[in-house]
Amino acid sequence: MKLMWFHLMPYTELPDDFNKKHPSVWVDIHSSLFDPRRAHHMYNDFMDELEYAAECGFDAICVNEHHSNGYGLMPSPNLIASSLARRTTDTALCVMGNSLALYNPPTRVAEEFAMIDCISGGRLIAGFPVGSPMDTCYAYGQNPSLLRERYYEAHDLVKRAWTEKDTFAFSGRFNQQRYVNIWPRPIQNDPHPPIWIPGGGSIETWRWCAEMDYVYCYLSYYGYKAGLHTMQGFWKEMEKLGKDRNPYRAGFLQFVGVAESRQQALDLYTEPAEYFYGRCLHVDARFALPPGYTTEATQRAGIEGMMAKAANVANPATKAALKATNMKDIVDGGYVLIGSPDEVIEQIRHVGTSLNVGHLMLLLQYGNMSKDTTKYNTRLFAEKVMPHVKDLFSGWEDKWWPKPMARSQRAAVPGFRPQTVAAE
Amino acid sequence: MSEPTTTTVEVNGSPCRVWTKGSGPKLGVLAGFGGLPRWIPFLDELAKARTVIVPSLPGYPGGALGHTTLDTHLDWLLAVRQLLDKAGLAGADLLGASVGGSFAAEMAAVFPGTVRKLALIAPFGLFDEADPAADPWAQRRDNVPALMCADPSKWEALVAPPEGANSIEWPIEMVRAAEAAARAFWPLGNTKLEKRLPLIEAPTLVLWGEADRVLPPSYAKKFATAINGAARTQTIPDAGHLAYLDQPEAVAKAVLGHLG
Repeated sequence: MKLMWFHLMPYTELPDDFNKKHPSVWVDIHSSLFDPRRAHHMYNDFMDELEYAAECGFDAICVNEHHSNGYGLMPSPNLIASSLARRTTDTALCVMGNSLALYNPPTRVAEEFAMIDCISGGRLIAGFPVGSPMDTCYAYGQNPSLLRERYYEAHDLVKRAWTEKDTFAFSGRFNQQRYVNIWPRPIQNDPHPPIWIPGGGSIETWRWCAEMDYVYCYLSYYGYKAGLHTMQGFWKEMEKLGKDRNPYRAGFLQFVGVAESRQQALDLYTEPAEYFYGRCLHVDARFALPPGYTTEATQRAGIEGMMAKAANVANPATKAALKATNMKDIVDGGYVLIGSPDEVIEQIRHVGTSLNVGHLMLLLQYGNMSKDTTKYNTRLFAEKVMPHVKDLFSGWEDKWWPKPMARSQRAAVPGFRPQTVAAE
Repeated sequence: MSEPTTTTVEVNGSPCRVWTKGSGPKLGVLAGFGGLPRWIPFLDELAKARTVIVPSLPGYPGGALGHTTLDTHLDWLLAVRQLLDKAGLAGADLLGASVGGSFAAEMAAVFPGTVRKLALIAPFGLFDEADPAADPWAQRRDNVPALMCADPSKWEALVAPPEGANSIEWPIEMVRAAEAAARAFWPLGNTKLEKRLPLIEAPTLVLWGEADRVLPPSYAKKFATAINGAARTQTIPDAGHLAYLDQPEAVAKAVLGHLG
């Protein structure tokens, strides 16, 4: 099993009365709540944490894209990933990902991902989300009725830009480019960097991932219990399509808090978890469902009640209804796994096997968790949990993992040494 | 209230429902936000004096999935033009409200021979940063009725599933109508219609619900001023954005008075 360390980069100083005074953490969150001087420290702490996770031996570090969002300070995950490329050596860099329809032209994504792949020596995982309604339709003004069609076309364009050897003209429904010829080109060119698709629970997405041979990632904030039906639906669909049950076809997001004991874990992680599920997910329902964002097939499935079984959190409105904000419900619901290392080992093995997920993306920082606590959680997980869960799925080959250049061929990146001030 | 006759025309290979009722000179009607999931009293008022012909725009109730092939504003205009032609409305009087009002204005501007006299009820198409329109696509569900009508029950009655309606398909059709509007007018409702308003030569009446919470009534004057033909504005008291639902008689009277 691959253990991947994911950062959302939440703003950690939303006020206690945030939910009372502000309608939404997303889209129209007020600028007065953002202190750039505090954000300076947050960004640097977060990047320290990602680098620390790489040092601790996680298989990958993961970043993602959000806009106008108080719990996600990465409008451009590529900026963070490029810095991480220089400060890590062997860890995969999972950009989860770039919302393709937001880039004009979409070849921008092909270029920037190729840059990250070159700088990192071929360690990129290229995530292509459609993007949430809040990010795409509201913050970025994309038309919900055209978003998916634009997304699929942008995908086709990016993939061709990576794989075609000669300059070509692209005459699409939404994109017209006479000269597509990206420089640089990705190191991973056989045929291209691994493509992973974070999605809700729609059958169309599952089928598309199967057809394209991409990794499907279910990035819910609601943990393995809520995610079970979705992943069961996914595997059932794979079976129908004649695909094997290779667990590396799938990724799944899970919050974890590990400590010496369950009580200590509760003491340490209650505040950041309640901060996340309380303040960070305080999203105004009016931004949940722009018409056209959810396909009619998915609506139909939802209304028919299949969604309750197959993908109960595909639409954000349903997500909101599930929301628990106190630690007892958060833990009981499986949103956050907590406990001693032994207890967490047992739960992680259960998550892996019950969902059949080979790529486990772990949120070990959440809400307003401090850097010290985050590093503690990260180190304890790496030392006491990871060695006892890594063996899961060892019989399967991960065909969707980056294939970097050999270590000996990669550039040596010297550590940064600031000039000492001579004045004293 | 007798039933209208229902026929179907094809636009870009997709069926669009056409309702016809009444007698006298033809009057085309392009409905507003939400479309027409059912026949409404307003159309009966018009049918007392006119042959009322009501084609469904692509994607709106009765308009199937025709919106899904319309990617650009030009695609929409050509689809509406074909719809009017196939519904036998070329050269007739045309009334459009809200999203349908924007297309009615476009027809009179871009295809001047298509429209004899024009009546608009709170049409989309403009956006004024100093007096911004509301966002009809970012609303909590329970806020929508009062956004659309001065009397929220009028909207609720429009979209309530009729007896025997398919409980799965009906709500999907209602969402589809909002999607079709979004497809043409996202995110601000601003199609730069102001550039084309000066091309309108048809005598035009611009009606606006006094209590329109979607589009500010101040936009009425912008339309009347920019239109080249004789244009006048009239405010409908106790009416919201879909004034024809709130005040069917008053709106019909104003429209019929204008058309003569």
